[in-house]
Amino acid sequence: MNDQRIQEKLSILADAAKYDVSCSSSGGKRKNEDKGLGNAEGMGICHSYTEDGRCVSLLKILLTNHCIFDCAYCVSRRSNDVKRAAFTVDEVVELTMNFYRRNYIEGLFLSSGIFSSPDYTMERLVRIIRKLRTEHRFNGYIHVKAIPGASEELIQEAGLYADRLSVNIELPSEMALTTLAPEKNYEEILTPMAQIRDGIIQNKEEKALFKKVPPFATAGQSTQLIVGASQENDLQIINLSDSLYKGYGLKRVYYSGYIPITDDARLPQVTHPPLIREHRLYQTDWLMRFYGFQADEILDPAHPFLDLEIDPKLAWALRNRQVFPVDINTADYEMILRIPGVGARSAKRIVAARRFGPLSLDHLHKFGVVLKRAKFFLTCRGQALEKRDYDEQTIRRQILFGSGSVRSALVTQQLDLFAQAS
Amino acid sequence: MAISRFSASSVPVVAAAPAARRVVPALSNVPLDYAYDGTFEGLLTVLFTVYDRKAAPNSIQPTGAVQGGLFVQPVEVETNEAAAARVWKGLLQYMDAEARTRLFHTFLSEQPDRELVIFRYADLAMRAGRDISEHYADDNVRRVQRLAQQMYREKHRMEAFVRFEKTQDGLFHATIEPDFDVLPLIAAHFTKRYADQRWLIYDRRRHYGLYYDLHRTDIVQFDGGAMPQRSTAVSATVLDEREPLYKLLWQAYFDHVNIPERKNMKLHRRHMPLRYWKYLSEKQPREQRFEPIRNKRPVQPGGPALGAGAAVTE
Repeated sequence: MNDQRIQEKLSILADAAKYDVSCSSSGGKRKNEDKGLGNAEGMGICHSYTEDGRCVSLLKILLTNHCIFDCAYCVSRRSNDVKRAAFTVDEVVELTMNFYRRNYIEGLFLSSGIFSSPDYTMERLVRIIRKLRTEHRFNGYIHVKAIPGASEELIQEAGLYADRLSVNIELPSEMALTTLAPEKNYEEILTPMAQIRDGIIQNKEEKALFKKVPPFATAGQSTQLIVGASQENDLQIINLSDSLYKGYGLKRVYYSGYIPITDDARLPQVTHPPLIREHRLYQTDWLMRFYGFQADEILDPAHPFLDLEIDPKLAWALRNRQVFPVDINTADYEMILRIPGVGARSAKRIVAARRFGPLSLDHLHKFGVVLKRAKFFLTCRGQALEKRDYDEQTIRRQILFGSGSVRSALVTQQLDLFAQAS
Repeated sequence: MAISRFSASSVPVVAAAPAARRVVPALSNVPLDYAYDGTFEGLLTVLFTVYDRKAAPNSIQPTGAVQGGLFVQPVEVETNEAAAARVWKGLLQYMDAEARTRLFHTFLSEQPDRELVIFRYADLAMRAGRDISEHYADDNVRRVQRLAQQMYREKHRMEAFVRFEKTQDGLFHATIEPDFDVLPLIAAHFTKRYADQRWLIYDRRRHYGLYYDLHRTDIVQFDGGAMPQRSTAVSATVLDEREPLYKLLWQAYFDHVNIPERKNMKLHRRHMPLRYWKYLSEKQPREQRFEPIRNKRPVQPGGPALGAGAAVTE
């Protein structure tokens, strides 16, 4: 291959793929057998980090950025004036193998603009991953996009070679989709999602019955929602995620703060991606998946937006003062996990360590509990750390501006921007 | 993103105490200063000696490194493989294999007081009458936990930050300078992953490496000058002719997967501390050959397009 040309292609097609924020390489179950190349078991590895602080785990590229669609939010939309390029099947295979051999990456994340037809595009993607798995005996991680509208057979075959499959919803409501991506519809997105879900369930059932069953997307499926390109509130977004986790068994929903890429009149005119809002959505997502929170505990129609200044767990605690204080020597793990400033690791430590004897506040500090936040919500052997009974607003002020408060530089910066803009 | 996952159901449960525990002798004799050969087996032999002599350690240090008063006369403990094996096996009566591995990791952490930390942990475990691995209120238990965690993080970083270069003879070579002695911990990972290529990972700070020859992985040492080029930077002449291209492609990929609008150098450095950059090819200075995608800036009503970073005022 022509060195300069391949470098240019890689630049264009990495640039075009980077707005897909998924980077996970964990949860695979692919072992290296018979001295092939690579493995994808369990923990993912971030091999590098970009200057925006995001993890680089996979070779994340488009097969091509030629696209027949014209979705307003997308940098590769038909009407956008960008350089176009396309890899050949062998070029992608060569790049993946050579990057992997040098320990640059955990594997490949392959997506594509849609050229000529969904089936034609999907067939190319499948051809690449089939070649990697069968001819090159590559056992690294593969994440591949299921192209909406592609045939069931092709998606089925993709699931055989890929560790993860994903279909991006992108816009959190059908109305936004109709306006911004008129050639797409929810049904076309949800159909492959349901097919992948059923494939994974069926695969698990077969595994319980038979010894040797070909794998099917063992690291599950994920999707992405763009935040801030359309008018949905956080409640709508969180409810959508909740239904995707529950109804489609997704492993992850990614949130991607909309980055202004166009002056299309249908899109909001903003100068900076809504990073804080994106961050708060991720925190909420974590609360639902690892902290036992229900979606409707965090937001409701009366409060449809997340508080940008404070994290959603603290916001919940301030609204539900009646369940506090929680005593760390007697409360259940589930309640300790709900104390602001106590993370999952400290909560586990507290529950484990108190079996050896009562814990003091000094212990909590050593376990990594953020007492600045936690002190308003807990007692230790019946004693409160904060003697006065503050109201919600006072606690909020103390945590945000009190002595020793370290406001995230990002929050300050973004709130300043809001102040300037209004 | 590689993160450990927690779920509410995985709350630690009380581990049943192992059935047969031997009574541990009281260390009633005058405490002693111990010296050993600096190997893990040597340290285990010291532990054996401590209980054999019933004399707690004032200090345990490698021979030659012994510090202390002018009059300190350390007991030189000669490494005894059988005694070491007995101690290693015996520890399982008082802790599970995971906790025992943490003690080994504490040893690899190269902390100046590692020997005493290990002794205190083992002694507490033997006398506690139950599994102490989650006794986080105890400073020593927490110390071992933290050191093991730091070791784990460094191991994980090396699994991520190794950058192989291919040489003309088909060897994939990398140099590292980890904070701790993690080569023994990463051997299994690389052996499993790169089963079909010969590779060498060299720890430049500790002057030894891991070499896999398509059959097995061994610890290798190079005596003065035998492998000078490989122990530092592989000189361009011995590299595979395609190597510069792949380095260039990797750098191009790294530049173009970045989103400038989200730039956050603080986060970048937190994940990838400066001290590791030396061996990361993507962090080496270079010319950028192709412009990144220029995203359109929003147009101010009636005005020209704004440059990057300017705020819109309404």
